[in-house]
Amino acid sequence: MSPRLSGAHALIKALEHEGVEVVFGVPGGAILPAYDPMLDSPIRHVLARHEQGAGHMASGYAHATGRVGVTVATSGPGATNLITPLADAYMDSIPVVAITGQVATSAIGNDAFQEAHTWGISMPCTKHNYLITDASEIPDVVREAFHLAATGRPGPVLIDIPKDILNAEMEWHSAGEMNLPGYKPSVKGHPKQVKAAIELIMESERPILYAGGGIIRAEAADELRTFAELGNLPTVTTLMGRGAIPDSHELSLGMPGMHGNYTAITSMQKADLLVTVGARFDDRVTGDPSAFAPLAKVIHVDVDPAEIGKVRNPEVPIVGDAKAVLGQLITAMRKRLGDNPAPARQPWMDTLRGWQESHPLHFDQDPEGPILQQFVISELHRLTEGDAIVVAGVGQHQMWVSQFWGFERPKTWINSGGLGTMGYAVPAAVGAKAGMPDELVVAIDGDGCFQMTSQELITASIEGIPVKIFVMNNHSLGMVKQWQRLFYDNRFSAIDLTEHTPDFPKLAEAMGCVGLRADHPGEVASVIEKALAVNDKPVVVEFRCDPDAMVFPMVPAGGSNDNVVLGPEDL
Amino acid sequence: MQHVIAVQVENKPGVLARISSMFARRGFNIHSLAVGPTADPSLSRMTVVIDGPEMEQIIKQLYKLVHTVKVTELSPNEAIEREIMLVRIAADPKKRGEMLDAASIFEARAVDVGANTLTFEVSGDPKRLADFLELMRPYGIVDLAKSGRIALPRAAKSKRAEPPQLRTA
Repeated sequence: MSPRLSGAHALIKALEHEGVEVVFGVPGGAILPAYDPMLDSPIRHVLARHEQGAGHMASGYAHATGRVGVTVATSGPGATNLITPLADAYMDSIPVVAITGQVATSAIGNDAFQEAHTWGISMPCTKHNYLITDASEIPDVVREAFHLAATGRPGPVLIDIPKDILNAEMEWHSAGEMNLPGYKPSVKGHPKQVKAAIELIMESERPILYAGGGIIRAEAADELRTFAELGNLPTVTTLMGRGAIPDSHELSLGMPGMHGNYTAITSMQKADLLVTVGARFDDRVTGDPSAFAPLAKVIHVDVDPAEIGKVRNPEVPIVGDAKAVLGQLITAMRKRLGDNPAPARQPWMDTLRGWQESHPLHFDQDPEGPILQQFVISELHRLTEGDAIVVAGVGQHQMWVSQFWGFERPKTWINSGGLGTMGYAVPAAVGAKAGMPDELVVAIDGDGCFQMTSQELITASIEGIPVKIFVMNNHSLGMVKQWQRLFYDNRFSAIDLTEHTPDFPKLAEAMGCVGLRADHPGEVASVIEKALAVNDKPVVVEFRCDPDAMVFPMVPAGGSNDNVVLGPEDL
Repeated sequence: MQHVIAVQVENKPGVLARISSMFARRGFNIHSLAVGPTADPSLSRMTVVIDGPEMEQIIKQLYKLVHTVKVTELSPNEAIEREIMLVRIAADPKKRGEMLDAASIFEARAVDVGANTLTFEVSGDPKRLADFLELMRPYGIVDLAKSGRIALPRAAKSKRAEPPQLRTA
C-alpha cells in the first residue's frame, strides 16, 4: 500500500523525482507547509532576500546548467514579486518552474490575507500554469510542469497550491502517463523543407547564418558550428545566441542589431539569404522590419510555429528543434555536396573581411582619463582568459559586454534579452554559481542595476556562493542618459544616481562580501587580479567609469539597419 | 473581414480565460465567442468570430496554449453557421398583425407579448438575423440578445472524402 503523505510532502517528493537539487525561495504563510518536509529532503533551499531575486536565481541556474530552475514563494506579495522573473523567463524561453502558496481553497475569492489571483496574474507571462484543487493531483502536475518547462520552446510554468491542499493527505503515487492532448511540439523538420533549404543555400551567393538563443536552449552549438563550416556560412549571433559559435571562429561575425557591430548588421542588409535558426526577428535585431534584410530570402527554423511568419514571411519555414533540424541539414548538405566542398563565395567573403577591417569595434582608453567600461571588460576577459560564465544586467554595460567579450562556448552568457530586466545580474549570477560551483561566475553590472537587487549578495555570502560582481559605476542610468543626449536634446531627466552614494565597497562589506574599487585606468588590472584571487567570499569591485560614454554602433529605434551610427559624429 | 474559427479545447477550469486573455494581449479583436460542451465530455468547443485580415498568427497563437487541441478555420462556403437571437420590439397593438406576418416569413416565433412590445426568437445564419432586424428596425428595437455564432464544417458530399467523425469535431 502506498504511504499517505501530506500534499506538501508529496510536492517535495515529486520535486526529488524530477531530479531537483536546489530551489530558490522565500517562505511565508501559505507556503509554510511545504517548508517543513524540505528540512528532511536532500534538495537544497537557497533563501533569497526577495522573491524577485529568487526567481532570477532560478533563471540564472537554468541558463547555466540547461536544467529546469525552481523557485518557491508564498501567496500574495510573494507570488506577485515573482511576476518579473516569470515574464523575463517567458521572453527568453528559460525553463523555470515556480511554486507558489495560495490561501486555503475556502478563502479563495474572499480577499483573504495575502491573497492574490496568482493564476490569473501569471497566465500571460507563463507558458502554462496550474491551480491545484486536490492533493492527489500533485505528482502528475509537477511532472507535467517540468515537461512543459523544458520541452518544445522552453519557458516558465507556475504551480499555485492552496494551503489546505498542502496540508491535505493523499495516497502517494508517482506521476502517471501525461495527458496533454494539445501539446505535441515538433522535433524533426519536414524533410521536403530541409531539402528546399539546402537548395537555397547552394544557390545563394551571399548567405548569412542568423543564430539565436534557440541554439543555446536546444544545446545545438556543435551542430551549428558543423553546419556553418560544412556550408561555408558566415554566422551572426544574436544577444541571446552569443556563444552559439566561438567568436574566434573565422565564420563568426558577432552580434547584429541595435548595438551590433557594423559587419554583422550590414551583412544581413546585403545578404541574399538568411538561414535563421532559433531566432525570432526581434525588433532589436531588425530595426524597421520593412527595411530589414531587403534582398534576402529567408529560411526560418524554429521550434515555435508562431514565430514563423510573425515578423517576416520565410521562403522556407521549418518547424522543429534546432538540434534535430541542424542534424538533418548537416546530413542533407553532406549528401548534396558529395565529395565537393561548399561554394567558396569568395567575393562575399572578401566583402565581409573588408567591412571587418574598416569597421572594427574599438575604444581608446586614455591612461589619464576616466575608466572606460569597454576597457574593464577587455581586461577582465584577458585576465580570466575568457574562461568564465558572464552575467550582465541591462543597459550600456550589457551591450559592451556582448560586444567586447569573446564568447567561445554556449551557456557562458547570461543576460535578460527580451524583457530587459534591470537588476537581473546579481541574482542570476548567484543562481548560475549555485548550479555550476566549479565555474568562475562573473557579473558585469551597472550601478543602476546593482542598486535594484544587490541585497541578494547577502544570500550569496550567507549561502557560500562566491560570485564576483564588477560594478560599472557611471553614476547614472547610462542608457537612458544616452537616449536623452541623442534624442531629447541633452535634457537629462531623472538619470543622476550621484557619484558618492552608496559607497559600493562599504555596502559590499556590509553584506559579507569583499569590496574593492578602481578609480583610474591604471588600477583596473590589479584590482581585477585581487578580485579573482578571492575564492571564499563574494566580491564586489566598483569601477568609477566615464559618465558620458555612449554605446556605438547604434541603429536608432525603429530606424533602418542601413543607417548604422558609428559614433556621435554620425548623428 | 470576419473569420470563423472552431477551437477544440480541453474542458478544464479557466480555459475560456486563457483563450480570451491571449486574444486581449495579442491585440486580436473578437466579434463573438460561443462556448459549449461537445459529445466528448473532456472537450469543449469554442466558435470564435474574429475581425481582421490575418488568421495565421491567431491560429498559431491558439495552438500555443497547452489546452488547445484543434483549431479549424471555417470558410463560409464549407460551414453551417447558426446564431440565435431574442429581440424585443415596440409593438403598437394596431401594428401587431403586420409584424407577426413579417415574422412568419423569417420563421421567427413570438415568445413573449407585453402591453407595448413583442419579443421574437429567430435563429438561422447571421444574414437572416440581420435581415430580420432591418425589417423590424422601423418599429423600434427595445432590447436585443444574440447567442454568438456556432458553426460546424459541412459534411463531405462524396464518399471518397473523409468519413464523418463520430466525435463532435
